[in-house]
Amino acid sequence: MLELKNIYKTFNKGTINEKRALNGVDLVLNEGDFCTIIGGNGAGKSTMLNAIAGVWPVDSGSIMIDGIDVSGLPEHKRAKYLGRVFQDPMTGTVADMEIGENLAIAARRGKSRGLRWGVTAKEKEQYRELLKQFELGLEDRMTSKVGLLSGGQRQAITLLMATIQKPKLLLLDEHTAALDPKTAAKVLELSDKIIEENNLTAMMVTHNMNDAIVHGNRLIMMHDGKIILNISGEEKKNLTVEALLQKFEQVSHSKFTNDRVLLAE
Amino acid sequence: MDFIISYFTSLNPASFVTALPGNIAQGIIWGLMALGVFITYKLLNFADLTVDGSFATGGAVTAMLLLNGVPIWTAIIVAVIAGLLAGLITGLLHTLLGIPDILAGILTQIALYSINLNIMGKANLPVSYRNYDLLISGSNILWAIIIGLAFAFVVIAAMYWYFGTEQGSTIRSTGSNPAMSKAQGININTAKVVALSLSNGLVALSGALLAQYQGFADINMGRGAIVIGLAAVIIGQVLGEALFRKRINFVIRLVFVIVGGILYYIAMGIVLWLKMPTDDTKLFTAVIVAIFLAVPYLKNKKRTSFKKVAKQNLKSADKEGSENA
Repeated sequence: MLELKNIYKTFNKGTINEKRALNGVDLVLNEGDFCTIIGGNGAGKSTMLNAIAGVWPVDSGSIMIDGIDVSGLPEHKRAKYLGRVFQDPMTGTVADMEIGENLAIAARRGKSRGLRWGVTAKEKEQYRELLKQFELGLEDRMTSKVGLLSGGQRQAITLLMATIQKPKLLLLDEHTAALDPKTAAKVLELSDKIIEENNLTAMMVTHNMNDAIVHGNRLIMMHDGKIILNISGEEKKNLTVEALLQKFEQVSHSKFTNDRVLLAE
Repeated sequence: MDFIISYFTSLNPASFVTALPGNIAQGIIWGLMALGVFITYKLLNFADLTVDGSFATGGAVTAMLLLNGVPIWTAIIVAVIAGLLAGLITGLLHTLLGIPDILAGILTQIALYSINLNIMGKANLPVSYRNYDLLISGSNILWAIIIGLAFAFVVIAAMYWYFGTEQGSTIRSTGSNPAMSKAQGININTAKVVALSLSNGLVALSGALLAQYQGFADINMGRGAIVIGLAAVIIGQVLGEALFRKRINFVIRLVFVIVGGILYYIAMGIVLWLKMPTDDTKLFTAVIVAIFLAVPYLKNKKRTSFKKVAKQNLKSADKEGSENA
C-alpha cells in the first residue's frame, strides 16, 4: 500500500542551521497494516509523515501509494489518497465553519468542487449518524462553529474527516499529544475502532511507548532520520517497554532521549 | 463666546436633512464596494489594497466606454471584468511570485494608477446624465437609492449562494485554515486568486456606479477606498453583533456591511454639516476606522489585564493590612 524508497530530506541546506531530517528512509506497508512510529527528539517521525503528505518535496527518493508514484504531486493533489490528523487540534478543522460544513469539505477531498451546494440535507443526516457513534453529543450540534468545541472534540471530528472517505493511508501525527490523558485515551480508542472497522492502512506517531506497543500490528523506531527498528507479527505482540529501550540502545549505541517519553514513564 | 454662538446658530438642521438622502445613496454604493472588501478581509483573511486602484478602474472604464457610445449595461459589465482582472493580477503576484499580500495589492494599485490614466486619457472624465443614458445619477437621488438597493440585494443573494457552494466553501476554509484546506485537497492558490478576482470585480462595479452618480470619473476617486471599505465592514460588524448577538448569520453580516456603508456616509454628512473642512475628511475616516478596530481589543483588555490584577492585589493587600491593624 505504501512504499518509501531511499527518502532524503535536508532542511536549510548550506546554512549553519542545516539539518538532515530524513537520511535514507525505506519502508513498505501492506494493506491493512497499522504501524506505530516512535523515536527520540528530532528523529524524523513527523518529517516522514510530512514527506508522505507532500508538505514539501523530498530531495530524493520515491513515495508510492497503492502503486502510484506521488513524489511529484503537490500536497493538495496527494490529499485524495490520504487522511490526516495533526498534533494541534486547531490544525485539522476550520474554526469559523460549522461541524457539518467541515465534514462536507472533507467528504469532497480529491473530488472536483463545483457550484453545487456545500452541504446537502442528505449529507447532514448521514453526518449525524456518524457523529452519534462518537457519543460526544456532537450530533445535536451540527450547526455549531467548530471553534466552540474542545480540543478532544475537534480531534474526534478531524478523525472523522480524515476517514469519511476511506483513505488509502491514514496519517496520525501525535494526534493525542495535546489532549488531557482521559480525552487522549478516548480519541485513541476511537482511532483504533475506525481503523479496524474500515480495515485502514495507518501510521501513527506517538511519544508513548506503551501506546506504540499496544496499538497496531507494526512498530518502527526512528533515529537520526533513519528507521532503525522494524518490528511486526509475534515479535511485536511480545514487546515490552524495557525490551524496546534495550533494543534502541543496542542499535543506535546511544540513550533514548525524548523528553516527553521520559516524562510519560 | 460670540464665536461659538454664531457657529451653532449658523448650523441649519434643514441642510443636514436635505443632504441625508444623498449620503444614503452614496453609502449604499460604497457599501457594495465594502462587500468586496468583506470577501478579502473577512473571508480570505487577506488585506487587499488593490481596491484603491480597481475602484477607480471601474469608474474609468465606465466613463471611457460611455464616451465612446457604448450602452451603459455593457460599460458596467466591462468595468466589472476589468476589476476581475485587477484582482487576478494581485492574486498571481501573491501565489505565483510569492509576494506578501499587502505588497502584492500595493503593486497592482500603483500600476492601476497609470493604467487608469491611460484608460481615461486624462485625470477626469465627465459623464453627465444630460448627455448619457445612465443607470443612476445624483440628479435623482431617490431613484439612485432604489437602484443601489436593488444591486445590493442581487449581490448579497449571489454572495450567499456562492459562499454556500462547494467552491465558495473552499475560499472560506482557505481564509480560516490554509493547512487544513491543503490536507483536504483544496488548491489554496486557486481559492485565493478566485476570491481576489471576485472581490475586485465587485469593487469595480461600485466604482462604475459612483462615477455615474457623481457625474464623472476621476483618477483619485479610489483614494482611501480600502479604508472606507474597512470602515463599512467594521461598523457593520460591531452594530450587527450588538443587535443580533449569537443569532447573527451570513446574510445579516452582508446586509450590515451595506448598513455600515450608509452609517459611514451619514457620519460624513454630519462632519460636513458641522462645517469641518473637507480636506480633513480622510483624517476623520482614519480616526473612525482606528477606533472601531481598537474597540474589540480594548474591550478584551478591560476584561483581563496586568493592571487589573495589580489593582486587585493592591486592594486585597490594603484590606488585609487594615484588618491586621
